[in-house]
Amino acid sequence: MKASVPLMPMLTLALALAACEREQRPTHAPPPASSIGNPSQPAGAVARAHDRYEQNAYAVSQGKTWYRAYNCNGCHAQGGGDVGPALMDATWRYGADPASIYATIAYGRPNGMPAFGGRVPEDQIWQLVAYVRSLSGQLPSSVAPSRSDGLQAGKPEARREKEKIRPEPPSNPGELR
Amino acid sequence: MNAAMSSNEPAAAMQDALRAAGTQAQHIGALWNGTLVLCTLVFVAIVVATIVAVWRAPRADAATRPDTTSLEGPEHRIWRRVGWATGAAVAGLLVLLAGDVFTSRALARLPLRDAVNIELVGHQWWWEARYRDGDPSHEFTTANELTIPVGRPVIVTLRANDVIHSLWVPSLSGKKDLIPGRTATLRLRADRAGTYRGQCAEFCGLEHALMALLVHAVPPADYEAWAARQRQPASEPADPVARHGRDVFLGTSCVMCHTVSGTPAQARTGPDLTHLASRQTIAAGMFPNNRGYLAGWIGDPQALKPGVNMPANTLPPDDLQALLAYLETLR
Amino acid sequence: MTAPDPRHDTLERRMPRADPAAATALERTWRDPPGIIGWFAAINHKTISKRFMVTTILFFLAGGVLALLIRLQLAQPNAGIIGPDRYNQIFTMHGSTMMFLFAVPVMQAVATYLIPLMIGARSLAFPRLNAYAYWIFTMGGIMLYAAFFVDAGPDAGWFAYVPLSGPQYSPGKRVDFWAQMITFTELSGLMEAVVIITTILKLRAPGMSLNRMPLYVWTMLVTSFMVLFAMPSVMLASTALITDRLVGTHFYNPGEGGDALLWQHLFWFFGHPEVYLIFIPPLGFISSIVATFARRPVVGYPAMVLALVTTAFLAFGLWVHHMFATNLPELGKTFFTAASLIIAVPSAVQIFCWIATLGSGRLHVKTPLLFVLAFFFILVLGGLTGLMLASVSLDTQLHDTFFVVAHLHYVLLGGAVFPLFGAFYYWFPKFTGRLLNERLGRWNFWLFFIGFNVTFFPMHLLGLWGMPRRVYTYPAEMGWGDMNLVASIGAATIAASVLLFLVNVARSLRVGAVAGPDPWGAGTLEWSVASPPPMGNFEVIPVVHGRYPLWQPQPEPTHVEGMSNEWREVLVTTVADAEPDHRLWMPSSSVWPFLSALATTVLFVGSIFTPWAVVWAAVPVAVATTIWFWPRRAVVRERVRSELRP
Repeated sequence: MKASVPLMPMLTLALALAACEREQRPTHAPPPASSIGNPSQPAGAVARAHDRYEQNAYAVSQGKTWYRAYNCNGCHAQGGGDVGPALMDATWRYGADPASIYATIAYGRPNGMPAFGGRVPEDQIWQLVAYVRSLSGQLPSSVAPSRSDGLQAGKPEARREKEKIRPEPPSNPGELR
Repeated sequence: MNAAMSSNEPAAAMQDALRAAGTQAQHIGALWNGTLVLCTLVFVAIVVATIVAVWRAPRADAATRPDTTSLEGPEHRIWRRVGWATGAAVAGLLVLLAGDVFTSRALARLPLRDAVNIELVGHQWWWEARYRDGDPSHEFTTANELTIPVGRPVIVTLRANDVIHSLWVPSLSGKKDLIPGRTATLRLRADRAGTYRGQCAEFCGLEHALMALLVHAVPPADYEAWAARQRQPASEPADPVARHGRDVFLGTSCVMCHTVSGTPAQARTGPDLTHLASRQTIAAGMFPNNRGYLAGWIGDPQALKPGVNMPANTLPPDDLQALLAYLETLR
Repeated sequence: MTAPDPRHDTLERRMPRADPAAATALERTWRDPPGIIGWFAAINHKTISKRFMVTTILFFLAGGVLALLIRLQLAQPNAGIIGPDRYNQIFTMHGSTMMFLFAVPVMQAVATYLIPLMIGARSLAFPRLNAYAYWIFTMGGIMLYAAFFVDAGPDAGWFAYVPLSGPQYSPGKRVDFWAQMITFTELSGLMEAVVIITTILKLRAPGMSLNRMPLYVWTMLVTSFMVLFAMPSVMLASTALITDRLVGTHFYNPGEGGDALLWQHLFWFFGHPEVYLIFIPPLGFISSIVATFARRPVVGYPAMVLALVTTAFLAFGLWVHHMFATNLPELGKTFFTAASLIIAVPSAVQIFCWIATLGSGRLHVKTPLLFVLAFFFILVLGGLTGLMLASVSLDTQLHDTFFVVAHLHYVLLGGAVFPLFGAFYYWFPKFTGRLLNERLGRWNFWLFFIGFNVTFFPMHLLGLWGMPRRVYTYPAEMGWGDMNLVASIGAATIAASVLLFLVNVARSLRVGAVAGPDPWGAGTLEWSVASPPPMGNFEVIPVVHGRYPLWQPQPEPTHVEGMSNEWREVLVTTVADAEPDHRLWMPSSSVWPFLSALATTVLFVGSIFTPWAVVWAAVPVAVATTIWFWPRRAVVRERVRSELRP
């Protein structure tokens, strides 16, 4: 692709001022791998980084695509849970905040959740995080995905009631949190 | 056949409805020629009639008394002329209709004995091709580039994975849409050896413009040799650098989306790479398949094809070179 | 400088002029209220129509700018000026603007100005509904552009095929704004159609039987009936799309029993008649202009009317020709090939009649006629490429390529925009009282004609050479760069021509030659009143005895007496023969159509985000429309009194 002519930045600038975050199609590479995904990062920085995804309908929609492509539904079904725990209810074993979910996907968890960190790129993990949160209705209905094509397993994510998150008491006292 | 890695640019592949290399395109081309002649004659006739009418009529101005004699009685002479012209128009239309019916009939009568069966699935923004066979062990999957034998009919079964696409290789045949939930069929035959380019012809999203397809029409013996090679899984790379490249492939995001037969990589989200090195192009017919472009594509596909589903992969340079070496062994 | 009134003394027009007191009273009765509130409360059909025309022309200019951006990006291979996302929004906005916000509405806008004047009526039927239709249209257009400017513009094409435009592949609200824009514009179109049909059938001056109606009025009658049948189809399609996206229905989901092709059928069942909605009114423009500038009535009036009606019926039987590349049964497709070929016949009849009119007349060659003559070149070429596309086999090569882009622009610009420009040059003196400059007009015309052909003719070749549509770029080695560059240069020429038109309008409004009532020596009723017309249109309502009342001797009776000038009274006549039937009072100016439109807008825009908007926002709509229709006691009393003792 040829480098953009000055017109493009001008156009972008003009529109960026009024750009609606929800509708942007981020098509270029995300920032280089940094410590954004590091759970030891200050919560604020992580939250701000994650907002980019959770407020963007395209990102959440991509998250839904990866959920299927990477066979998350092999263990979690369409959110109802199977071998793995349900993702659409109010119980979150390892934390419902974006940083915790990121850590779950990237570094894995005991009892069977694999670590996808080296294989699923950071950008896509954030998209998955946003999508997983939408499964329990945490996202506003204008951003969350609506019904998908194909057989329907349940209500579209955009129509789900927002579940009130409650942490699950550990069944095994020694279990990591 | 093709040694894709040696060329810097893809072979100038033909994508031209006026240069038919297959029987279907030829039939349509004949209809085009006839229709063009007839329509040009009609166009010239009407334009000349208008110009003559305007040229010969005397001039007037706003104060000229209007001629209202036509309101008092019928203008038979003029009505007769309009009648004849209308009759000629109807005759011309019947000729066009007949031409269309005869051409449709010819297209439907393509002999299908000994056909190659290809199942094409349209994805955003690449083509998945599965060569079917009576013997399931002879089936194989490839992507974005088809090889077909010259002179043998090809039955392409069309399905869509996501949105509506359309297969169009103008030098060989007209187009047919790939519609989710439906199965369509396109029958064609290449009558001349060569490489023909096709493009998705139904708007399918961000990278509709960069969703091309190459069709290599080769002598039947060459086709059998190619198909035999395609049926083989990827062989164990001899070179240790390539073996390290395979480990990179299996240890990073490549394995999440791509299949390489003979390895644990069996994902079907992205194109099948088992014989990547046998293709002339990458990114659905868009860029030459050489180290430079491949490195750029793997490093940052969004720079070449913004919006594509393949993510950026920042690999250490050694790993990247090893990976490229491995991919080169996938002939 | 005043244009001479070319009506000869020997043309017998024994219609008396109203006395000055009556004319003043009439003006006062029909005028719009003053002030800011008055501006929103205006319902006079000419006022609304002028706003409507200006609004549609603004959308035309916006669509034109979008087209220039497209041509800028495509002028060179891999230009890299506009990325794929922005480009997809731009071409979607270009198509949607031109088709939904310009082409059909402008025809309705011009009609709502001209029709009462052509049929001898003082008003449209349902003037408040006409105002509401304008406001709804404008607000829908503004909503769409507001979305576009915040990066939420639709990007799935003006035709928005599912599943691409469905909830899974078009995340966010972009397509919802598009779908709701459809609701706005189709609601407006349907209302305008109701207004136009009722006006034409019930408010014609006495003596103007159906077979004496100007051909332009026939085109608007036919078009409006087509609107009634075509637009509900797209409203249904877009509503089903909205519910698929908003609440999860499965109309277009094959996995749950829906069908992706359902969208195409519903859309094109509207979409094909839509292009005839755009094409048929300009046929009326051409008839008016040819008659006036050939100084004779158009040849074959009954054939012309029958051709219009036939075209309208046939137009509903063609839609599958947009779907020839799908896997519908081949025999069925061939039926639509035949229908698509047959529809050429009535159009051919009309073209032959016009050529005969020109050939047997005496020609006054002015800018309006030039634009009409361009029709015979451009539309005919476009129609012939349409016949090529009608063949299923040929279409499988040409569909979705730049050949279709060339075809559609040839028929739409040649068949509609060129005659529309001719109509503007022709009726501008009537609208404004001033003539457009003739020299600038010729420059306007030739730049447009040459620029148009330079832009769109190469696209035929590009399509044949393999270039598909809706692509944001193309590779250099395809060999398409040269023709694309030529097309882009042509586009710049068209832009220059349109700019010249705007300059001509701006100048002429200030210093143009003053036009009398009839600068062209035309034959239909709108040219019998002042330019611009008084607020009540006709100081004295004429009785009509022929198709060209200003050209033919008018025996007794010549006019209607006894209509009130104190109240907004119109004369309702019978449908076929226009015999006087009864008198009717038209409503007064009111701000409630505007407020109802505002409430409706809140309902429509809200329902993009939540289905509850349909419930809650219905309340203000109900309140506003109730107040709109609430009769005023004093007025009812006066009307009853006037009926008992006229």
